[in-house]
Amino acid sequence: MSDHGHDHPHAPVTSGDEPPAAARARALEDLLVEKRVVRHEDVRQMIDWLVSRTPADGARLVARGWLDPEFEERLLADARAAALELGLDPGPSPRVVAVENTEAVHHLVVCTLCSCYPRALLGPPPDWYKSLPYRSRAVSDPRGVLSEFGVELDDDVELRVLDSTADIRYLVIPRRPPGTEGLSEEELAALVTRDSMIGVAQPLATAPAG
Amino acid sequence: MERAVHDRGGWPTDARIDRREHELADWELLTDALVGTLMREGVMNVDELRRGIESMPPDEYERASYYERWLYSVETALREKGVLAPGELDRRLAP
Repeated sequence: MSDHGHDHPHAPVTSGDEPPAAARARALEDLLVEKRVVRHEDVRQMIDWLVSRTPADGARLVARGWLDPEFEERLLADARAAALELGLDPGPSPRVVAVENTEAVHHLVVCTLCSCYPRALLGPPPDWYKSLPYRSRAVSDPRGVLSEFGVELDDDVELRVLDSTADIRYLVIPRRPPGTEGLSEEELAALVTRDSMIGVAQPLATAPAG
Repeated sequence: MERAVHDRGGWPTDARIDRREHELADWELLTDALVGTLMREGVMNVDELRRGIESMPPDEYERASYYERWLYSVETALREKGVLAPGELDRRLAP
């Protein structure tokens, strides 16, 4: 990123494998800083915030809910407030809605119009979540999509597809894997993957090695 | 009414989903952060970001990568608001 002053001509800012949009984005930042519309430090801080977001916060919410039914009730009632209760940053979106997978119901989250996603709690959405085939097929062929991700639902399990909007973002509480009684919150959280909170995977059955 | 290009729910396709993970490139993070900063400063909002993306010519929308769409949208919004003069960014980029 450019930290240079503006007393010399701009050096070329593209590197070989970058699309033209890369130079465009940098030039746009330079222009907006010069015009005092944004401050470079604020943009840097925003980048720091973005890269600090990971699925770990969402996983902590889920694990706490598995351990504490009263917390899970509060999580289902208002996920923003539940996140704040644990000292987590739920982000700027007005509503985050947690939904619970059960023996009878499975939830799958999509944003058919674009890419809405609880980014503060899950980190940036994966590329496939933003891809045109996922956005189309999560609605027209959700069981096929799940199968592509390796999840086979029994025919009698109801599948609910949730379409996110800018105002409502969803977080799936996956089913707690059997045989995990006695695990700590931290150990349980390690089983809760990003994909399981989108609804395209089940949580891990055992903690990942390492 | 013909369906708009961004309205993908149920759009007929058999295309498989490319599940490869992709770490955001520097310029993608920068674009995201610029838009986030502009929103926090009240220069533009999320609805304007969406409208800008949705107003892309359909063939460009299909071709563009995710953050190329964001960039298109934020440029459009800033031009409409008079923050950027027409062609100003292109002139800056001209060799």
